[in-house]
Amino acid sequence: MFISLFGAVESGFIYAIMALGVYLTFRVLDFPDLTVEGSFVTGASVAAFSIVQGIPPIVATVLALFAGFIAGCITGLLHTKGKINSLLSGILMMTALYSINLRIMDQPTLSLLNETTIFDQLKAAWANTGIDAALNGLLGAVGLEKFPATWSILIVMVIVAFIIKFLTDYYLKTEVGLATRAIGDNKKMIRSLSANTDNLIIVGVGISNSFVALAGALIAQLGGFSDVNMGLGLIVIGLASIIIGEALFGTKTVVRATLAVILGAVIYRIIVTLALRVDFLETGDMKLITAVIVVIALVTPKIVQGRREKMRRAQKRQQLKAGGEGRA
Amino acid sequence: MLKLKHISVTFNEGTPDEKKALKDIHLELEKGDFVTVIGSNGAGKSTLMNVISGALYPDVGDVLINGKQVVDLPEYKRSKYIGRVFQDPMAGTAPSMTIEENLAMAYSRNKKRRLTPGVTKQRREWFREQLKTLNLGLEDRLNAKVGLLSGGERQALSLLMSTFTTPDILLLDEHTAALDPSRAELITNLTKKVVEESELTTLMVTHNMQQALDLGNRLIMMDKGQIIFEAHGEDKQKLTIQDLMNEFQRIRGTQFGDDRAVLM
Repeated sequence: MFISLFGAVESGFIYAIMALGVYLTFRVLDFPDLTVEGSFVTGASVAAFSIVQGIPPIVATVLALFAGFIAGCITGLLHTKGKINSLLSGILMMTALYSINLRIMDQPTLSLLNETTIFDQLKAAWANTGIDAALNGLLGAVGLEKFPATWSILIVMVIVAFIIKFLTDYYLKTEVGLATRAIGDNKKMIRSLSANTDNLIIVGVGISNSFVALAGALIAQLGGFSDVNMGLGLIVIGLASIIIGEALFGTKTVVRATLAVILGAVIYRIIVTLALRVDFLETGDMKLITAVIVVIALVTPKIVQGRREKMRRAQKRQQLKAGGEGRA
Repeated sequence: MLKLKHISVTFNEGTPDEKKALKDIHLELEKGDFVTVIGSNGAGKSTLMNVISGALYPDVGDVLINGKQVVDLPEYKRSKYIGRVFQDPMAGTAPSMTIEENLAMAYSRNKKRRLTPGVTKQRREWFREQLKTLNLGLEDRLNAKVGLLSGGERQALSLLMSTFTTPDILLLDEHTAALDPSRAELITNLTKKVVEESELTTLMVTHNMQQALDLGNRLIMMDKGQIIFEAHGEDKQKLTIQDLMNEFQRIRGTQFGDDRAVLM
């Protein structure tokens, strides 16, 4: 139980990077970008292929990030310069990327089991630090018997996710970032304030997909393979993370919203892991579970709010009535 | 400052719906000119605004700002020179961003946007000073989201955003029409003050004849895509609403029409 939850949190922080990318398009730019289903795999494929070719894993991961950036920029170009509807330009790019990803890997699945990944290197470097022993000792003290093999991935991924969050926060507060946010809020206005909306959208979708591709590259190295279908349904997972995060932690400021997205991604992973432990559910039910989670996360806040509003009005009426009787 | 030469715009050319929105318009504004534009619906006032701002390209004609040909510049490039306030109070601000963030975006209008923070300590102080001039208490709500403001407050903010960087041209597109009378008056007064203080070259479209007479040093009346009447300086000062109605009738041979009730 603990080990599987540990794994969920571990991969949750990687998926959080993807969710931050989805947040940039869906929420900030108001651009429902489906490219992510392709660019996630592009990230995985580029990283896997590069590692198999003997390129250092860290370089391979950075290459994946750039590949995602280019894919996103093309989607942005299709939408802004080609005047194609945003949803459609994402779908077109996603479809095109399927073939491109197959070409990159030259086969549907590329295994990394015999290769040294970024995480293998990380674990090796970590082994001598003694942090694992200390943390496991702590777990032992609270009565756990099984310990995770390494803490390195979790800790480093938390750090990476937060570095990306802080970079995103900073970007969204710069002069360029403010104009980018205004695109999703009031496009007409920001154009009248001399912002080149086309360029901002292209770069924005590019950055978004570079995050997604980075997450793809990391997931491929964590799982030990890249598969041409591993991006399937990813957009819903990204949305689920955002919606869960927003519902639980709020969106008052950018800093808060990006934190909510990261935590939402982790919580989503935990929910899925717990759901899969229920006996009659199978791995194939994942997508259904995801869809149900999104529906619940979307509907509950509205029901809760409606209830609260009703209660408030009832209370007001009660007070008024009591007050009226008091005076009479 | 602003020069329009031979501007013509036709919508749906070659179809039964063809409409000549602007016909060979000439207009020249000197620095500091404040021109009010009146005319019935469909007279071409908004089309004129859109041609100047770059939201619409004319079929033929030149638009010169400071002697520089800008007719081929897209809207976002031209807005370096132009401040604009729209009729809809929701149109000029970004609702889910804060007051200071909105001001920061407007602050970058005539500059190159960079990867440095949009709101700095220094700028925040300056924004606060600027907001004080509105007398709406907005200077204490820098971190409030603009969506929480009332229509009048948002329009005042839009006006500030489009003027505090002293644009070469200020375009006001019926910017008080969607407000209640007291708020409209507030915005009108603010407009008067800021245009006078910064000597902004201004073009203001309005449906309110009294406002058109009260504000500015020039008045033009448009109808069917043409400028049919113009008054300058002292001539304009002496004008009354009745004069305008008579003038329209004399030139067009018809009543000012359905708009009469609105215009009074």
